Amino acid sequence: MKEKLRLGFNGKFEEKEVEIAGNDPAPWDPSRKFSILGTRVARLDGSAKTTGLARYAIDVRLPGMLYGKILRCPHAAAVVRSLDLSPARRMPGVKAALAIAKPGEAVRFAGQEIAAVAADSPERAQDAIAAIRVAYEPRPFVVDMEGAKKPGAPLVFEQRAVKRSAGDPYAAELEPPASGSGNVRGPRASSKGDVEEGFRRSDAIVEGTYTTQVQTHTALETHGLVAAWEGDELTVWASTQGIFSVRDELAQTLEIPASKVRVITEYMGGGFGAKFGARTEGVTAAKLAKEAGAPVKLFLDRKEEHLATGNRPSAVQWLKASATKDGKLSALHLVVHGTGGTNGGTGTSGPLKNIYACDNVKTEEFDVFTNAGPSAAMRAPGHPQGAFALEATMDELAGRLGMDPLEFRMKNDPSEVRREEFRIGAERIGWATRDARRQTKDPAILRGIGMGAAVWYNTGGTGPKATVSIHRDGSAEVVHGLQDLGTGSRTMVGIVAAEELSLPLERVAVRIGDTRMPYGPASGGSTTTPSSAPVIRAAAYQAARRVAELLAKEWRIDPQSVAFSEGVFSERGGAARSLPWKDACAKLPAEGISATGERAENHADAWKRFTAGAQFAEVEVDTETGLVRVKRIVAVHDCGLVVNALTAESQVQGGVIQGISYALYENRILDRATGRMVNPNVDQYKIVGSRDVPEIEVIFVPVWDGVNNTHSVGIGEPSTVPTAAAIANAVSHAIGARIRSLPITPESVLEALDAKRSGGARA
Amino acid sequence: MSGEEEKPGFTRRDLVRGAMAGVVAAGVGGKTSPGPGRSLGPQAVPIELDVNGKLHALTVEPRVVLADALRERLGLTGTKVVCDRGACGACTVLVDGESVCSCLLLAAEVGGKKITTIEGLAADGRLAPIQEAFVKADALQCGFCTSGMVMSCKALLDRNPRPSREEIRHAVSGNLCRCGTYPHVLDAVERAAGLRPAASGNRKPETERTAILDPRFSRLVSDDRVDGATAEALEAEDA
Repeated sequence: MKEKLRLGFNGKFEEKEVEIAGNDPAPWDPSRKFSILGTRVARLDGSAKTTGLARYAIDVRLPGMLYGKILRCPHAAAVVRSLDLSPARRMPGVKAALAIAKPGEAVRFAGQEIAAVAADSPERAQDAIAAIRVAYEPRPFVVDMEGAKKPGAPLVFEQRAVKRSAGDPYAAELEPPASGSGNVRGPRASSKGDVEEGFRRSDAIVEGTYTTQVQTHTALETHGLVAAWEGDELTVWASTQGIFSVRDELAQTLEIPASKVRVITEYMGGGFGAKFGARTEGVTAAKLAKEAGAPVKLFLDRKEEHLATGNRPSAVQWLKASATKDGKLSALHLVVHGTGGTNGGTGTSGPLKNIYACDNVKTEEFDVFTNAGPSAAMRAPGHPQGAFALEATMDELAGRLGMDPLEFRMKNDPSEVRREEFRIGAERIGWATRDARRQTKDPAILRGIGMGAAVWYNTGGTGPKATVSIHRDGSAEVVHGLQDLGTGSRTMVGIVAAEELSLPLERVAVRIGDTRMPYGPASGGSTTTPSSAPVIRAAAYQAARRVAELLAKEWRIDPQSVAFSEGVFSERGGAARSLPWKDACAKLPAEGISATGERAENHADAWKRFTAGAQFAEVEVDTETGLVRVKRIVAVHDCGLVVNALTAESQVQGGVIQGISYALYENRILDRATGRMVNPNVDQYKIVGSRDVPEIEVIFVPVWDGVNNTHSVGIGEPSTVPTAAAIANAVSHAIGARIRSLPITPESVLEALDAKRSGGARA
Repeated sequence: MSGEEEKPGFTRRDLVRGAMAGVVAAGVGGKTSPGPGRSLGPQAVPIELDVNGKLHALTVEPRVVLADALRERLGLTGTKVVCDRGACGACTVLVDGESVCSCLLLAAEVGGKKITTIEGLAADGRLAPIQEAFVKADALQCGFCTSGMVMSCKALLDRNPRPSREEIRHAVSGNLCRCGTYPHVLDAVERAAGLRPAASGNRKPETERTAILDPRFSRLVSDDRVDGATAEALEAEDA
């Protein structure tokens, strides 16, 4: 059915005819007065989380439960020659032991899984893995990317890799480098127009090489699960971003029916992209539990988490760009090499291809394999690194043209939403006076202001289902197999149902986190809310329609003549009978009613755009010590319609804070001599703390896009895309010199200042 | 190349175990604990823990740290272990009113001392003010650092009922959060101290406020620094 919708933003709406699926409610009109959606709602599980009663997977304790522990290879490259579990089996309290690596297999990074045990206490499990006897034949290895690119470097994939479970991030084995290309795979290339022609026709050209580090996810709850068998059925409590993907991977790897695997995630302590499958540790726990005939808890420790569970790959990006004197980009050429250890996923071209308009664009992306832990998707894969290079380049090009960097971006940004965000952010940060404010009272300290843009894509999709039940007392219950990573998804579900049913949130119960529930989406790609919110609304809408149908029967009229709005069922037209929700529900049969909705297709004919964001950073740089302090961030984002302004603000603050951490502190360091990570815990792998977090101002620009019935889009990833870029540009503005590597350390600041004094590296 | 045998490296627990097994137990209290001059372990020993006002008799190996005793033996899993080396604050509990990392204390060391965990703050089914402030200010996301954060903030407010924002920053500087809740944690402590209004509550929907990008509304979401008049108005709405 075609419906006329008013879509757009900022008070400017255009009328569009959009095809709406039969039983799906039409997207809300901009005139809609919301009762709860978009307000600041304290999350439903706040009490559980502040009292310690929230039960995370790592907190699960079952009668007779054992503790699993994995033995890991200390070598960066080796072949397993022999493996003897028997001494471990003889240790006190040990109930199961299994080999993960087989003799003859190659090990590719320090920290790869070798064997595992289950014992009746964590301490005894630790003792037991120390008793396992393994003979390794160490092999030559390479852990730094430049070394891995050299001819004659040790080959990371000299031997066939072993993928133990579908969720293991060893993608490289599926498509190893072509013979003769060493450790380098690629390029993945894209091209439009003619960059050489673009450079020829330009008035300003800049070129630079931008280096970014490896970042680890460092979710506070580590990877792992608790596995318990009952006959041939397996139940696991997992710390995961995708309960259904864990179920399917366990079923596939253990060769049991998916219908006999149940995965529960009541609460989970962060994922950031690295927790989608059961992975080796999960499968191992299930196998140990089977062997021992008892439940097994197997969670990694912090060191294992750093070594083996994923990371954001490094990148070395060469970027050449040009513009004409009227301030238009004429060519962008990007060549990237990055290492994700034994995995790929190193592309960074997203921002460059999708933010600013340019007719001539060429990108070439190479994966370089090293003997290091495999990468995994991490919050906006490729984007913070891509934005860092792109936004520095935009500033430099503007400088060459003698143009204000903001004005230059406005000229090249085709996104109406982002241009509005630029305007708002510039006003909030005081862009117009930024040059005048460079000097501070302290002559050693310089202030700088910089900016960066965000782009994101995903709008969610079909698959999710949800059931909404209405009880006779008028209360509602929503059941949806979704996990809440800490983003506030549980509360989002409740808010959408409460809004649609005009109920106070207290009258809505939300049940999530179990594969026995209707299918919920995996939480990745910032798709959770746009995938789930529309199906929650659809199910609630359909449930209310069923109440309306019952009333229609009683009133002896056509169900279509009964409307439901603002908590009241009413007859359209003539007789105008009406009944409040509570009274209508009292007429329900004892079993109440329920409806299961399905996520409708995205509306192809809606007001489509890439999700846009803009961030501005103010920093102070101590030119004597090189220390950078971020003083303020203004983050302006498109989040479609905000479902919960409070948790959305939290999430944007979180994205910004991870961006600050990435810009200034985090760096995985591998020792070239031993191939081991030298900072595998949070005392040495620095993540930002309370004293280095500035005031963060979060502003949302609501967009009524009509892509789904709630106009919702995700905000998790875009919020972290431009932060490091904006900070780096602010540092350059402060000191008048460009730093082309992350993290920006006191050392790199002092080097840049030295280079500037001696005449080089002028920004 | 010939094979070589490997064992995993030393862990902190190994060190602790070594120390406790051979060393005289000095600070051990509790009536079931051995007296001064006796060494403990490596075999399990009886200890008594006073947690949230309740006495628990346990038999643990001397190498077992307090965090693990709380979590795995007493089922008090609100206390979280993240770094297991005193660098992140997730396992913060109060021992005789002092905030400490329970991953760094041996269970056998704290017999006879009063231990308060996150489970001990709410009384009679009511959240403590600091817990309520955390909920209202949304000072939590995944919640895994939250127990430790709350305990550090509780210890701060016990010794300094009206802390400045800088003092709060300092008090939680040992508590790492990966989701990035720090700004809202600062807000929550200020709220618990009566220094600011709640951030949550049924105020105008965001969609209405932002539908027109009026400069007056461009700060709509963030109310980090609420001026007096606004603060009062918000408090009234909250009430």
